[in-house]
Amino acid sequence: MESQIAEIAQHTGGVIGLSWLMIAFPLVGAFVLLVFGRFTNRWGHLLGVAMSLASFAVAVLGFFELIGFGEEERRRAVHLYEFIPGMVDMGLLIDPLSISFALLITGVGSLIHIYSIGYMSHDEHRRRFFAYLNLFVAAMLLLVLADNYVGLFIGWEGVGLASYLLIGFWQFKPSAAVAAKKAFVVNRVGDFGLLVGMFVIWTTFGTLTFQGLGEQITPGTENGTMLAIGLLLLLGACGKSAQLPLQSWLLDAMEGPTPVSALIHAATMVTAGVYLVVRSGAFFFPEGSGAALAVAVVGAATLLAGAIIGCAKDDIKKGLAGSTMSQIGYMMLGAGLGPAGYAFAIGHLITHGFFKADLFLGAGSVMHGMNDEVDMRKYGGLRKFMPVTFATFFIGYLAIIGFPLLSGYFTKDGIIETAVHHQPILGWLAVLGAGITGFYMSRMVFMTFFGQKRWADDAHPHESPSVMTVPLMVLSLGALGLGAYLVLSNRLMLFLAPAVGRPEELPAFHFTSTPGLATLALVAVGAAFAWMRYGRAEVPSVQPRGSFLTTFARRDLYGDALNESLFMRPGQWLTRIAVFFDNRGIDGLVNGLAAGIGGSSGRLRRIQTGFARTYALSILIGAALLTGALLLVGNI
Amino acid sequence: MGETITFWVLAVVSVGAALGVVFNRKAVYSALMLGTVMLSLAVLYAVQDAPFLAAVQIIVYTGAIMMLFLFVLMLVGVDSSDSFVETLKGQRFWAAIAALGFVTLIVLAFGNAIFADEVGLAQATAQGGYIRSIALLLFTKYVFAFEITSALLITAALGAMVLAHRERLTEKATQKDLSRARFLGDRPSPLPGPGTYARNNAIDMPALLPDGSVAESSVNRYIARYDVEHGHLPEDPKLAAAIRHRADDEGSESGDAESNAEESNGVTK
Amino acid sequence: MTTHYLILSGLLFAIGAMGVLIRRNAIVVFMCVELMLNACNLAFVTFSRQVGNLEGQIIAFFVMVVAAAEVVVGLAIIVTIFRTRRSASVDDANLLKY
Repeated sequence: MESQIAEIAQHTGGVIGLSWLMIAFPLVGAFVLLVFGRFTNRWGHLLGVAMSLASFAVAVLGFFELIGFGEEERRRAVHLYEFIPGMVDMGLLIDPLSISFALLITGVGSLIHIYSIGYMSHDEHRRRFFAYLNLFVAAMLLLVLADNYVGLFIGWEGVGLASYLLIGFWQFKPSAAVAAKKAFVVNRVGDFGLLVGMFVIWTTFGTLTFQGLGEQITPGTENGTMLAIGLLLLLGACGKSAQLPLQSWLLDAMEGPTPVSALIHAATMVTAGVYLVVRSGAFFFPEGSGAALAVAVVGAATLLAGAIIGCAKDDIKKGLAGSTMSQIGYMMLGAGLGPAGYAFAIGHLITHGFFKADLFLGAGSVMHGMNDEVDMRKYGGLRKFMPVTFATFFIGYLAIIGFPLLSGYFTKDGIIETAVHHQPILGWLAVLGAGITGFYMSRMVFMTFFGQKRWADDAHPHESPSVMTVPLMVLSLGALGLGAYLVLSNRLMLFLAPAVGRPEELPAFHFTSTPGLATLALVAVGAAFAWMRYGRAEVPSVQPRGSFLTTFARRDLYGDALNESLFMRPGQWLTRIAVFFDNRGIDGLVNGLAAGIGGSSGRLRRIQTGFARTYALSILIGAALLTGALLLVGNI
Repeated sequence: MGETITFWVLAVVSVGAALGVVFNRKAVYSALMLGTVMLSLAVLYAVQDAPFLAAVQIIVYTGAIMMLFLFVLMLVGVDSSDSFVETLKGQRFWAAIAALGFVTLIVLAFGNAIFADEVGLAQATAQGGYIRSIALLLFTKYVFAFEITSALLITAALGAMVLAHRERLTEKATQKDLSRARFLGDRPSPLPGPGTYARNNAIDMPALLPDGSVAESSVNRYIARYDVEHGHLPEDPKLAAAIRHRADDEGSESGDAESNAEESNGVTK
Repeated sequence: MTTHYLILSGLLFAIGAMGVLIRRNAIVVFMCVELMLNACNLAFVTFSRQVGNLEGQIIAFFVMVVAAAEVVVGLAIIVTIFRTRRSASVDDANLLKY
């Protein structure tokens, strides 16, 4: 059985036994920074970086200990404590999949921590920022390391909270506060799906651990319950990963500080959905099932939607956000293709984590030098003023469009080829999406670094300090070579195989396959078109009105309008109806009862006239009646 | 036989007097009628072998309580007669219905009841006679109730004193104050005496001033009012007009009239 | 004879009750109350002789004592009310109402 997933072994000692430290370090950092408040202002950022680095160190040591085991023993469970007696034991699962994520999160996370020292140096709340970043890292690690769905869910909510706090970090800006709220609310929809999915899993199988599910589910089982669970988990993944139809929050989330966009909304948190699908893949998304097809379709639709949105945005961060949506769409597409796609999805996730963080931090570096200007129409010709930023950004750009031999080329091409092989229609759509990627990323680079200066008079573009550029260089190194290292000779696929299984036959990487060449051609066309429009030609510094298609893309494919008319307005109507019912119905009933009693009391009290003679009359009548009654019953 | 005659006479008298109590417009007549009822009842007690009670009835009720009633009547105003216009809707009708119904019930109940022959108090008073038997019961079996009645009487006396007592809120006017008030007022001199010097020696005749005009304030207001009500007016139109004017005069007079009102506040009506 | 006395007692009681109900002068109302008490006393005395027991007379005696106390306090109250309100009508003292 080639696709068999390895058994999970209990593990007690060594670095893996101490892997809870990975979560504990940043958690302690967040705790100290939040609880001790202003006392830690001076060294708080250093503590945050140190905690993140410590976590990274544990992850690296754990990784080396893990690859020391034989291939079939590389899934190690670490039992921590009894969480809900008789139901859930909290434990960590260290396997190739989770350790890959842990390395990505702590590695890229640490780089972004370091970068933030420079980026946030002028912000008076820098200490709080690092507290939230540490909180995020801890929650994200819990998400990927937990050996059961409950732990995963706690981490899932934790990153949601951190994301909310960080998007709204500058909450004095109304747009940031609204964006944070929007992200929170939209994520609730997805979380609801995940939660209900967990309920169904519990009632069906009586366990929520990956080990227990692995023992109970025969790989490839497909029935209505499994499909329902799969679709519910997909809903959760869509919310967290900004996939259609829950994509609308990600673009607004760019209101947060740029390192947040790089870490949370590009490299790590938004990939949690991909992790969820891949982790549950063997159980609920078996190759060729309806749930897996749904995942692939969602991925393909989102990759096109994100790319189209990315074409129209003038805000550099929103352009990158559209690109993030699109790239995660590729990962979801890969994750919907079974074990053959998992490796490429995870591979693309890792390389994307590097080059997208590189691009975001590059954009942040540009903004840092341009007085926080985000409109690309006000950039232009910056390559001479920020050579390091330009170089690293350019490497990230080449990687994302899939320039041969760079990271994106290998991982994205792997997804496209697998998709063409399994789902030809979706595959060719992915090829088209790659072409559009070539256009909008080129547009971004040309508008920012080439052409004439269009910036404002008071802007003095300058290169960022080395605390910001060094992480950029490290990330661009990853963007350069990581893809080749992971994909060539199927290194990542073989490494992940114990955790997610592997296809019947290992794919060989073809440099000259039809989809690959088509992709390259389309990317070249897109880049050339972008050069004609934005490199060679004059770029208007005010946004032109644009065609219907441009407006469509600028308005995020009318996603917000759709949400408002489909959910917000009916919700408001429902609220109004409820308020009306409450006012007229329930309040009317209660008030009516009170008014009725009050009114009848008001009439009844008129009996109390105050005239002693009236009272005396009633006494006499009563006495006479009593006497009569006594006579009648014969007791006198 | 003697008892039957006594009963029927006194029954008619007492019921008639009781109706008189209820239907007399003047409270004084009501009080007298009530006295009649009580005396009749006293006689009926005596007839029914209760001479002690008959004595107490006359002494306590007719002697003390009725006097108290009359005294208060004098305080409140003896000559006012009540209006018999009923102000409460249906009060009279329902009062009559209830009273008649009650009487009917009593008559039906006692009229249908067949009583054995009266036992009489001969045996009960065999030991030492009537008065001694009463005393025996009162000071042995009911001595506690008797003592309590004494407490009740003391409490009632104290209560009446407290209720009737009035706090003096201002300093008592001295002669100096009174004289100052008089000289600051309209009339420093005493009111003129009535015109008893001329053709008439009645007190309700106003005096004539030396210039021949009528001195209105020489006649007491109440006397003038009485004259107007009963038509005792002099033939002289000038004097008659003066008395009429005096009778309509509601305003307070200066001088002694004022201090008079202060002394006996609550009696004038 | 007992029946006659009792019916006379009932008649006096009813007349007194009617007086309480239709008269407005507080003093007359009070007199009617006394009339009712006297009617009761007559019944007590009658029954005392009927059953040959002196205790009925004792009770009548106590009723008189209590009536005396009641008259003292009641008349004091009437005087006080009259002093403050310038009226002895029971209908005028109707402030204690709805």
